[in-house]
Formats: sequence, structure tokens, C-alpha cells
Amino acid sequence: MKINTFGIAFSTVNGSGSATANNTIQRAIFKMGIPVCARNIFPSNIQGMPTWYHLRISQKGYYGRLEKEDLLIAMNPETVAEDVKKLNPNGILLLNSTISSPDMREDITVIQMPVEAILEASDSPANLSIYLANMVYVGILAFLIEIDLAQIEAALEYHFNHRRSAVNPNFNVVQKAFEWAQENLSRDCGFKLESLDYNENRIMIDGNTAGAVGALFGGLQYAAWYPITPATSLAEALNEYIPRLRSDPSTGTTTCVVVQAEDELAAIGMVVGAGWAGLRSMTSTSGPGLCLMSEYLGLAYFAEVPLVVWDVQRVGPSTGLPTHTSQGDLVFSYFLSHGDKDFVILLPSDVDECFEFGWKALDIAEKLQTPVIILSDLELGMNVWTTDRFQYPDQKIERGKILWEKDLERMAKDGALEWGRYKDIDGDGIPYRTVPGNLNEKSSYFTRGTGHDEYAHYSEGEMDWESNLLRLKRKVENAKEIAPTPLLVKDDGSAVGFISFGSSNMPVIEAVDILADENSPIDYLRIKAIPFNQQVEAFIAAHDQIYVVEANRDGQMKNLLCMNFPQFANRLHSIAKCDGLSLSAEWICSHFKAEAGKGA
Amino acid sequence: MDANVRQIYPNAVGYTRNDYQGLPSTLCKGCGHNSISNMIISACYELELQPEKIVKFSGIGCSSKSTAYFLDRSFGFNGLHGRMPSLAEGALFADLGLKGIGISGDGDTANIGLSQFKHVARRNLPMVYIVENNGVYGLTKGQFSATAEKGLKLKRQGENPYLPVDIALEAIAANASFVARSFAGDPKQVKELIKAALSHDGTAILDIISPCVTFNNQDYSLHSYSWGKGHEAPLHEVEFVPPREEITVEDFERGTVKEVTMHDGSLIVFKKLEREYDPTNRTEAIRMLEEAIRRNWLITGLIYVDPNAPTIFDMYSLGDEPLNRVSTEKLRPDRNALEMINMSFQ
Repeated sequence: MKINTFGIAFSTVNGSGSATANNTIQRAIFKMGIPVCARNIFPSNIQGMPTWYHLRISQKGYYGRLEKEDLLIAMNPETVAEDVKKLNPNGILLLNSTISSPDMREDITVIQMPVEAILEASDSPANLSIYLANMVYVGILAFLIEIDLAQIEAALEYHFNHRRSAVNPNFNVVQKAFEWAQENLSRDCGFKLESLDYNENRIMIDGNTAGAVGALFGGLQYAAWYPITPATSLAEALNEYIPRLRSDPSTGTTTCVVVQAEDELAAIGMVVGAGWAGLRSMTSTSGPGLCLMSEYLGLAYFAEVPLVVWDVQRVGPSTGLPTHTSQGDLVFSYFLSHGDKDFVILLPSDVDECFEFGWKALDIAEKLQTPVIILSDLELGMNVWTTDRFQYPDQKIERGKILWEKDLERMAKDGALEWGRYKDIDGDGIPYRTVPGNLNEKSSYFTRGTGHDEYAHYSEGEMDWESNLLRLKRKVENAKEIAPTPLLVKDDGSAVGFISFGSSNMPVIEAVDILADENSPIDYLRIKAIPFNQQVEAFIAAHDQIYVVEANRDGQMKNLLCMNFPQFANRLHSIAKCDGLSLSAEWICSHFKAEAGKGA
Repeated sequence: MDANVRQIYPNAVGYTRNDYQGLPSTLCKGCGHNSISNMIISACYELELQPEKIVKFSGIGCSSKSTAYFLDRSFGFNGLHGRMPSLAEGALFADLGLKGIGISGDGDTANIGLSQFKHVARRNLPMVYIVENNGVYGLTKGQFSATAEKGLKLKRQGENPYLPVDIALEAIAANASFVARSFAGDPKQVKELIKAALSHDGTAILDIISPCVTFNNQDYSLHSYSWGKGHEAPLHEVEFVPPREEITVEDFERGTVKEVTMHDGSLIVFKKLEREYDPTNRTEAIRMLEEAIRRNWLITGLIYVDPNAPTIFDMYSLGDEPLNRVSTEKLRPDRNALEMINMSFQ
């Protein structure tokens, strides 16, 4: 009997309302206190194409993707033959009885689900039957693996915002299906849940909502965006939470503006304008949108405009796989736009960090007066994950060096150094800025993407150009200290180390444990930001071999590390893959063994 | 007092005309854009605006360079080619007390920037949007822009094979609330229209034919001084009357004057010329623009205005305090708010 450690695949047709059923199961298991995660694998389509939902229950709290699962709920006749191949031996196929059985494997059990009969027996409204059909498998599964029915009802209430008129027909079908299963099936299927208290202080949220809420706690004042999968729900979450979080209940006035732009060229332009004018500003997009934004990002870097860009990555190049995940925009983000430049990049690896970096990024951007790119991905952004309750920001909002009228007056009175927009007064490369609305007659300056001296005057002078660009480099290097520093996840003095980042952290943590159990102890450093903090170099220096694990074709992080630390290039190896799915611990382990076996 | 003499004296808010100057222009001598810069300076001086309360925006091109040549005491942002409007759509939210003046060219607006141009118009962001329209790319030395007429011959380009984009017509199609056309060779009208535009609560689009003396000033060119002088057909004589000035209707013959009251209480007075023209009639405006194309007229004046169209700011409940001055305490929800968030996802 596998208790609290198995995987379930749900194979359905998109647009059939299966998300309600699937989310209900995830939430019910979460509320039973058991670690659970889920991935939605869906097509770039609205209705009629195959979609899968992969639920992983892991007593040890592993959230990486599984290559094979133990139970399969088959509701889609088109895909069942292929789906069955991904069942583990001794697995269970729960088949909608209207679907003809595929060529059967000898090593699995098949349960026919009489979906239509159960729907009929529950007197369901005919117009809802296509949606309610999914509740049949909820009920049968609840019986088989022992999901608490009360938690299913509570999850439905949560989903339907306590509207009993919506909850009742759904829960009715769940109960009827449960009863059918009670009468016709045995519980002795080999997989079961047992309640734990693991989730007492945990919440369940998707990365895009977490990022949006984080930004609103970060004092976001202006966001412009253009719809694009998988980033859309981030901006939509801003709209949803602004009335609750950023509106004055007595006057109804708001301190955060969201504009849906005509395209990403305009979205980034708006955000550059707002950031320049002293608003904490951000946009959210995905790869194709980031391509369109790159010219303005170059200007923002050069003109020293603070702003935040969320790139919720999908598979590129080109339109690519719009609804599939990847970590393929790393090198692009690093080299965005033409000419010499360096961007601060933050790499959240879970929803908690989506929230945390959501507010922190605005501070870093304003402190350094530069764009900050947050690389999330579809895996994090569009799936619902469990995490510890969000912690209130432990630092005050940091607006950086902004001069208002009184500051300029004081500077004039003190006979201090004359202010110049691009003058490095403090020696840290970070100049002081003024913003429109400042009425002091010395406050204004002319911002341009062309060459300028430290007083913002037009200049094509070689010295002006070079010293400015060198200062910009020094300025952005401050990010090594103020951006989130790397996390040394495991440091047991092994000669071999893993480096990873972002959502690949989930399978890497598991892979490191598996390999340790197999007597291959491996140290692990998780990078949270670029430019690389000194700890990254120290970690590489302290290990004979480093494997960089990431979800892209070329090993982009590995390549950046080689470029930044060429003296260690021959000890850096890549464990990388891009097929639209997140990595699995199983694949990482086997790939590592193959690579290590080569005598790297 | 003669206007030229008056300019050395401070206006009612204490600024001389000098306080509205910019850096010396580096554009060609005789460039229409310089004349427009001068009229912007005069309009702001005469309207007694505080230079610090004006923000300048521009894209890329000769026209866009000109924002450096007026209002040196104002903030300015010279952005990307065709993407000036988006900058303004972000920046002007920071402080609703600011007035935006955007300068663009025909390439910047009608070629690369057509999308942002039309979208800022339909959003009705309060700002002045001046297109210094000469039908030609200057900084890259004489290529056709989208406003160049079909058949125009340029030295290194040969003959233009395409029909032109009419900026005023595009603006009206995009539901712009203020659309004017003028001619840099008619500075008095340019100035009055800029004043009216500055008083408009919405996007005020001014398509100003501004000849390029270096690349496109041939007599036959529809963007030349001589063609403009020969073909200008003013719709009316425009006079701007600020809110506090009393209007003396006796100046005009009865029945020949039309007025439009702007959002800030100022008046635009239209003196009838050859024909009746109602600038508040959108259908008539479109018809007139079509007729002008057919008859080869350079119609000038205020083509269309709706002083009460809702603006983008009306879509948001912004407080009285400028958003960029709101204290950080007010920008971060309190711990209870986070507790509520945590509870809602539990």
C-alpha cells in the first residue's frame, strides 16, 4: 500500500470544466494536511483539445514532476492509448465507460466509471452534464484513495465562493459517485491518503497572483500590460486586488493604476514613462512580449529609469509552445537590447519568492534606478502551489535617491556639490534623480537615449560616453549585494555540486536527496539573482565538478557562469532539457549519472 | 504695448519670455520646426504657464529633437521612434497638475508610430500632440514618409508610389477629441491653436505642415512653404480667449462668430471666413477633410473639438495629491491586509 506518496493523471478535453474538479481534489487533499502539488498541461486552445492534470502527493514534500503516475483518470478517448503507457506497473486506470478500452496492459487494474448512469441517477440538470461529468471521477476517486468528503464539499464551497446553488449540483454528483463506488469497488487498490498536519500554516496560490500581490505590497503605483499567455493572470490579479489592497475605503481613491496597452511596445513605454516620473512601475509579459520590450529596456537602462518586468516564461523561440513552460529566456534577459548593458535579473523558485521578489524588485529598481527583470515561468505562474503563509516585508519601502524641492533648496544652502542628474556624488555609481512635478527651478533635466554628460546635456564626447557607461556598470554591480543572495541548500563538502534556479529547484531538491540515498552526495547552490553574488564563484571554486540544472536547450545558466567565471569553465557541466515540461528528479538523476559516467 | 516689446517684461506669474526658451536650435535655418518651437514659447508665455509644470515628450527625428529648443526649465523625455505617446501615458499619471506637450514628426507618427498615435487619441490622455509634418525623413537625409503625396519626386528616392496618410483624418477616425491642422508659415494661427490645445482637457492633436527646407521644399511639394502659402484654406480665424479675460464680442461682426467653451472656462472664438464651419460636428469634419483631399486644399484651423469628452484620468479614482508624492506609508497595505490575503488562500 502506497500511503500519501503517488501520482494521479487526469486526462480530459479542454473547455469541459475539468479544472473545477481537479482543483477541488487538490484543495481537499491540501486541507487533509498532506503535501500535494499539481500541474496543468494544457493546449493553446479554448475548447476541444486534450488537456492533462497531474497531481502529485508526496509525504516528503517533493513538488517536482513525475515521469509516470499510479492512477489515471481517462475521460478523453483520443489520448487514452498513449496515456495508459505512462502508468506505473500496478497502476489503476479509471476509464469513462463510454470509452472503449485501449489495448490493455496486463500489469494494471481497470475500473470502468459509468459516468452517464451516475449523472442520470443524480438528477443533474442536463445543461450542466458536460461539466458535472467530471464530478463523477471526483466521487469515485474520493472513495478509492480516501479523500475526505467534507473537505471536497469545503473545496467546492471555496471554488464557488460559497454559492450553494453552484456547490449543490456538483457535490450531489460527487456523493452519488462515491456511493456507486462504495457498492461496486474495493478500497484495496494499493493507494491511499492519510491525514497529516503538514499544511497548518500553509496557503495555496499560483505564482502570478503571488507576484501581483507582492507588487501591491511593494507599493506598486503603475502597471501597463498586454495580454499574453502565461503572464495574463498576473495583471488580472492586480486588477482584482487593487480595490482590496490599494484603495482608500473612505474616499474610494486608488494609489495604483493599471493600463491595458495596445501592445508590448506601448506597455513598456508607459512603464518607462511612469518610472521616470517617480511612480513605482512594472509590466508583466512573456517571451514574445519581452522581445518587443527590449528596445525600451535598453533606453531605461541607459536613461536610468527604474521599473520591473515580469517575464513569465513559455517555450520559445517564436510563438513556440505558448502554454508550456521553460527557462529559456535567461540568456535573452541577460543580453536584452543592443550595446553594452547589464540587467538585474531575479529568479524566484516558488510562489513564496514570487510574492517576496514582487515587492523587493521595486525597491531594487528604484535604489539602482535601473530595470529589474523577474524571470518566473508558466510552471510557477499558472499552477497552484502550497507555501508557507506570506511574510510581511521586513524592510521599509525604499525609494532610492529622489530629490524634491526641499532637498534641492538644502543642497543650494549648504553649498553642497551641484546636483547633476548623472553625477556620481556618493561614489557608488548611483546618481540622484528628480521627477516631474518638482517645481524647483533647478530640478528639471532632459532625458534622452543619446549621449549625455553628467548634467544630462547632450554630448557625443568620447570621455562622457565611456565614463558614463563604466559608471553604469559599477552602479548595477551594487545588485550583487542588494538583490536576493544565493541559497546554499546543501553543503556537505562533496566534490560535486549542483547549481540551479527558478522552478527547476523543485526536482533538483529531490534529485539531490535521491542521489544522496544512492551514495552520491552532491552539494547544491540555488541562484536567486544576477549579477552573480560572490558566493556563486566561491561555490564553483570549492567543487571539482559542477552540474548546472535548468529547463532550456542550451544550458543557458551554465553558459552565463562560464562567461562570468572563465577560469572554472572546464568544471561546469550542463544538465539541461527543453521539451515544454518541467524537469523531473528521475530525469536529472539519470542524466547526471550518464554525464558523470563519461568521466567529466 | 507692441507684442515684441512686451516679451521682455515678466508675465502675470513673473516669467519673461526668456524663461520659456530652450537651447539654441541645431535644426536647419528656415526649418518650419523652429517656427513652431517659437510659437510654443510664445503660447506658454502668454498663457502664463509655469515652465516647471510642463513636461515635454518626443520620439525620434528632427521634430523630436526640437523639444530641447524650447522650455529648458521643463522636464523633457526624448524617447524612442514612434513611441512618444506611451511615455506620456505613463508619466502624466504621476501628477495630474502637469501639462504634457508631445512633439512628433510625420515619420514618427504616421509610419512607425501610427499605433501609439491612434491609441493615445482614443484614450484621450490630456496632452498636446504636435506633429511637425514635412512629408520627409530629415535625419536620414530625404526618404518619403507616410504623409508624402503620391507622385512626389525626391532626389535619391525617385517617385513616391503610395497614397498618403492624412494625420487629421486618422486622428478623427481614432475618436480624437481635438484635431487641428495648421501651417508653420502661419505662425499666428499656430500660436492660437497651441493655446487652445493647451487648454483642452484631452488629447489635442495638431497636424502642422512644417516645411523641410533641405529635402522637401520644392514648389510642387505639398509640404513646401510656397505650396502652403498658395493653397492654405483656413476654415475660420481662430482666437483663443483665456478664462479670466472678458470677451469683447464687438470685435466681431454679429453672426460671424462661433464660440466653443473649453473645460477650463476658456473660449475658442471662430471668426467666419468664406464658408460656414462647425468644428463640433464630427461628421462635417470628416467630410471637410475628404473634400480638402479631393480639391487639394490645405485646410487649416480647428477641424474638430469635443471639450467634454471623458479623459483617461476619468477612468481612475486618483486622489488630489499627486501620485508621485504619495508617502511610502500609504503605498504599502498594513499587516492586517496581508493576514486577510493569507486567510483567503488558506
